Amino acid sequence: MAAQRKEQASLFDPKILAPAVLESFRKLDPRLLARNPVMLVVAVGSLFTTGLLVRDLAAHPAGMAPIWFSLLVALWLWFTVLFANFAEAVAEGRGKAQAATLRKMRQETSARRIAGGREEEVPASQLRKGDTVVVEAGQMIPGDGEVIEGIASVDESAITGESAPVIRESGGDRSSVTGGTKVLSDRIVVRIGSNPGESFLDRMIALVEGAARQKTPNEIALHILLVGLTIIFLFACVTLVPLAAYSGIQLSATMIVALLVCLIPTTIGGLLSAIGIAGMDRLLRKNVIAMSGRAVEAAGDVDVLLLDKTGTITLGNRMATALWPMPGVSEAELADAVQLASLADETPEGRSIVVLVKERYGLRGRSLHELDAHFIPFSAQTRMSGCEVAEKGGRQIRKGAVEAVRKHVAALGGSAPEEAAAIAQRIGDEGGTPLAVSEGARVLGIVELKDVVKSGIAERFARFRAMGIRTVMITGDNPRTAGAIAKEAGVDDFLAEATPEAKMRLIKDEQARGKLVAMTGDGTNDAPALAQADVGVAMNTGTQAAKEAGNMVDLDSNPTKLLEVVEVGKQLLMTRGSLTTFSIANDVAKYFAILPALFMGAFPAIAPLNVMHLRSPLSAILAAVIFNALIIILLIPLALRGVKYRPLGAGALLRRSLLVYGVGGVIAPFVGIKLIDLALGAIGLA
Amino acid sequence: MTFAGWLQIAVFCLVVLAITRPLGVYLWRVFESKSRPLARVFGPIERLLFRLSGIDSKREQSWIQYAAALLAFSAMSLVITYAILRLQRFLPFNPQKLGGVKPALAFNTAASFTTNTDWQAYAGESTMSYFSQMVALAWQNFASAAVGIGVALAVARGLTRKRAGTSTVGNFWVDLVRAIVYVLLPLSVVIALALISQGAIQTLSPYRHLTTLEGGKQLLALGPVASQEAIKMLGTNGGGFFNANSAHPFENPTPLTNFLELVLIFAIPAALTYTYGRMARDQKQGWALFGAMMFLFLVGVTCCYAAEAGHGLGNLEGKETRFGVAASTLFATVTTDASCGAVNAMHDSFTALGGLVPLVNIQLGEVIFGGVGAGLYGILVMVLLTVFIAGLMVGRTPEYLGKKIEPREMKLAMTYVVIFPLFVLGFSALAAARPAALSSLANAGPHGLSELLYAYSSGAGNNGSAFAGLNADTPFWNITLAIVMLAGRFLMILPVLGIAGAMAGKKTAPPGPGTFPTNGVLFAALLVGVVMIVGALTFFPALSLGPILEHLAGRAGRVY
Repeated sequence: MAAQRKEQASLFDPKILAPAVLESFRKLDPRLLARNPVMLVVAVGSLFTTGLLVRDLAAHPAGMAPIWFSLLVALWLWFTVLFANFAEAVAEGRGKAQAATLRKMRQETSARRIAGGREEEVPASQLRKGDTVVVEAGQMIPGDGEVIEGIASVDESAITGESAPVIRESGGDRSSVTGGTKVLSDRIVVRIGSNPGESFLDRMIALVEGAARQKTPNEIALHILLVGLTIIFLFACVTLVPLAAYSGIQLSATMIVALLVCLIPTTIGGLLSAIGIAGMDRLLRKNVIAMSGRAVEAAGDVDVLLLDKTGTITLGNRMATALWPMPGVSEAELADAVQLASLADETPEGRSIVVLVKERYGLRGRSLHELDAHFIPFSAQTRMSGCEVAEKGGRQIRKGAVEAVRKHVAALGGSAPEEAAAIAQRIGDEGGTPLAVSEGARVLGIVELKDVVKSGIAERFARFRAMGIRTVMITGDNPRTAGAIAKEAGVDDFLAEATPEAKMRLIKDEQARGKLVAMTGDGTNDAPALAQADVGVAMNTGTQAAKEAGNMVDLDSNPTKLLEVVEVGKQLLMTRGSLTTFSIANDVAKYFAILPALFMGAFPAIAPLNVMHLRSPLSAILAAVIFNALIIILLIPLALRGVKYRPLGAGALLRRSLLVYGVGGVIAPFVGIKLIDLALGAIGLA
Repeated sequence: MTFAGWLQIAVFCLVVLAITRPLGVYLWRVFESKSRPLARVFGPIERLLFRLSGIDSKREQSWIQYAAALLAFSAMSLVITYAILRLQRFLPFNPQKLGGVKPALAFNTAASFTTNTDWQAYAGESTMSYFSQMVALAWQNFASAAVGIGVALAVARGLTRKRAGTSTVGNFWVDLVRAIVYVLLPLSVVIALALISQGAIQTLSPYRHLTTLEGGKQLLALGPVASQEAIKMLGTNGGGFFNANSAHPFENPTPLTNFLELVLIFAIPAALTYTYGRMARDQKQGWALFGAMMFLFLVGVTCCYAAEAGHGLGNLEGKETRFGVAASTLFATVTTDASCGAVNAMHDSFTALGGLVPLVNIQLGEVIFGGVGAGLYGILVMVLLTVFIAGLMVGRTPEYLGKKIEPREMKLAMTYVVIFPLFVLGFSALAAARPAALSSLANAGPHGLSELLYAYSSGAGNNGSAFAGLNADTPFWNITLAIVMLAGRFLMILPVLGIAGAMAGKKTAPPGPGTFPTNGVLFAALLVGVVMIVGALTFFPALSLGPILEHLAGRAGRVY
């Protein structure tokens, strides 16, 4: 919700709009225009009509259109180019603004570089890849890199917005640090991983700024379509001159240029790059940095999502969800014992048991010290933990794997009731983990631990299924447990007892069948799979290797984000398609505005083609040109925000889009041109 | 408009629908299945031809090899046809002692028949010897039709095959031989006999001098007509033995032969959509194309019939009273939908709107069933465009039959789309600006412009029908139309084969609920929209100065 507000507010942010206006003039540079052939044609047309205008001003030839008409046409043709430039400039401006807020945190800091065993103070901007620096509590980490020595808590809120500090330590999967974050405690030595100007942030900013922005394959293909249409219309318009001359009509060059500009797909041509930039920008607003526009596009195409169970589908750790007392044991008795056994247990499972008995049985936390009890931690030999209480002749409470507790009880001369094995079996079948609890030689009951599936995740997967995207859960659990969780979460498939190799194989298999695969990962051993996947989202907390391998980085390190990434990709492609359809559909009305206007003078009989009953030929042409320019401005918000995204099947989606942008695209200009024509009449022009 | 007229149109549609499947299956078995039909009859002929010409029927070609073979074959055909026409007075079967055809006309005619256009700037009976008709022209009717089928098969293979990594598209020589031996030749024999049974003539004897009922003298042209008539329709060639084409009683003697000829025009193009569905392993893919084509056909024939029938008897100028308004407008629509070009009435004499229909049919790119093969590959290019534009709207990069459409395919598809208007409009503009060219026009004003537009559209669309009213046998028209015909054929075939090659080796993703469906009514409707919008947007300005203006001026009481 907060993100939405942010987005809407900045859509008309004067801080972005004002520089964008200037930028739209700077983009008249032919070298920049040449990147967009459609707009280049418009610019050439504008220049041409301006030239004609100057000629007419010098010596107004008889029988030509009035000066004010040529002036207005030339002016609005220039506006068409400027509006398209403006759209791109606004998109870039928004991206830059977003990047700037991220950049702010990397104010010029100084770094303590270790060189030849000595520490020296240097500005952070002078750090090169491979330098090592020392960072202590209270200092900023001067650049992206990897912890090679020590452990520290780091405040990464500047990037992630998450206020809780995170632990960063050398070795393992938590060694990566980001420039601009702050060390809160301890001291670490960091090896800088990138040269100045090459960090993720820098690369992303460069992408948005256009310097490094490359057209994606789909953008190139679309450009080819637009250029092809432009060539066709160029021909249709140029050949119209001799054909009209044959019919005894002298068409003025200004009018032919006006017709041409109205017909070529300026709407989509002008907005295409803005749509692409806005797509990356939308991802950035979700705190995901895409390393290329191509990655965003691929996200829309994804067929298979590989989702790590822990953190994405389930809340992370197994939690106690129920107590199952043995015959002859009351629930209260079991709850009391299991609480004692868990009070000092700092594992997430142990804590969840304390929470459960408190919520379910109203047992408040107690102090082991006051009870004169001492905790027996889990050990690999016993596979149990528990506590010894001195009072009442001593209580010996244990909890642990069912088999371990059975052995423990047997050693004390007791025996586990048959119910224990049966309950344990059932819990296992349902994907949970049974934990037996004993006091002395007596088994009191079973605690059921379960992976808790995130709320709403099943609905989300159902939406993906409707769109034809398959979800596959990746987990190290055994197949039985994995199957049960998969069923509860509503994923389509699962990979149990997953190793990095198995994961890699799965990706390659899917790709061999023509599918595009997306995944998230953070560990170094995820890196090959991240590189292999079509969309690899690396967690920012992950290792440098993982981040280098993926084509996106999630600053929040939230694996669920993958779902949003896919949605942004789809939305980007849908926006592109919808506006292309709209742009082409627009031409129908423009023909009916301009053609009768061109021929009316010589052939009044052609009047029935003037279906909009536009007031005069000049007004008709002017209205079409103005509409053609204004529609670009009007569609900028849509291009930047993207068309409304709906998780529907392809057929339903298509029907809806066709109705809005196809049929709408035919009708809208009829209304728009008519209104402009009336407005021109109202102010006494034409 | 009469009930009988509509009934005729309805029966025609049903018959086309009825033969689509059986003929489509037959074509599929000939070209794509392991065991070919009637192998005991045709197998030995096929094998003999392969052995004589050293063709390894198992060896497939890349698209470049396929295109090279096709171009070499067509170039050779062009040269041979030209030579025969030039040298016909030295060749046998020339009872009327007709002289050699002049260079420009011979070039125009050779180009015309090599490209499956069959534009005729001559009158057959006064220009062509029996030898020229049989060897040069009728042979080309077979060969050019087979070439078209080959290209359609190549692109269909490229799109439908699931052999990622291997980008071969078939073997041109194999496709050529099989198209003739299994399909065109045997069917033509049967059809020719059927035509003869109805009164079409088949003779090598000289023209006869007759005395008419009024006592006048007349020279009655004869010839081996039925054999040429069969392939003229079946191969959507359209080049008539006589100048009057299918309006001539020896070519098209009865209403029954008229109906048969109509069905023959659509037969193979319609069947190929079924063959395509079979190749795509999804028959609905083929029916979607068929549906889009049928819809466009019905729109055309309805408009044309309505415009011509008008009030009372309707417009009978330039029509055979044997056939009447309905059969004439049906013929005009069918012959221009498919790039056949045979005519049984003079399109020039149609009303402005009635004449607009055949012109628009051609300008839509000859994809409404279209020429044999050419119709299928033409509509498949439009399919790629449709998928590309609309496919994005479902939030995926565009894919067709599981294969991604990428910049390379778009480049080729747009090249295909651009070439047609480039040549039609370019040369029309050129002609409109040349008084020498304009002097060939029979009419001034918008109608003259229609004649001119129609000529180049018909040439580039490889249709070959004429709006008449144009004296096309001048060096300017002969040469420019020959260029337009060759461009409209071979410059457009090359990108199509390029697409075939590019798509053949691509990975195929299986369809899912998120993929853009290309086998339903919605897609067929979209396809219709794209075909109409691309065609209409391109030619609307020119058309509005031609038939549309003529119609509106006529309503306002001004005629040209």
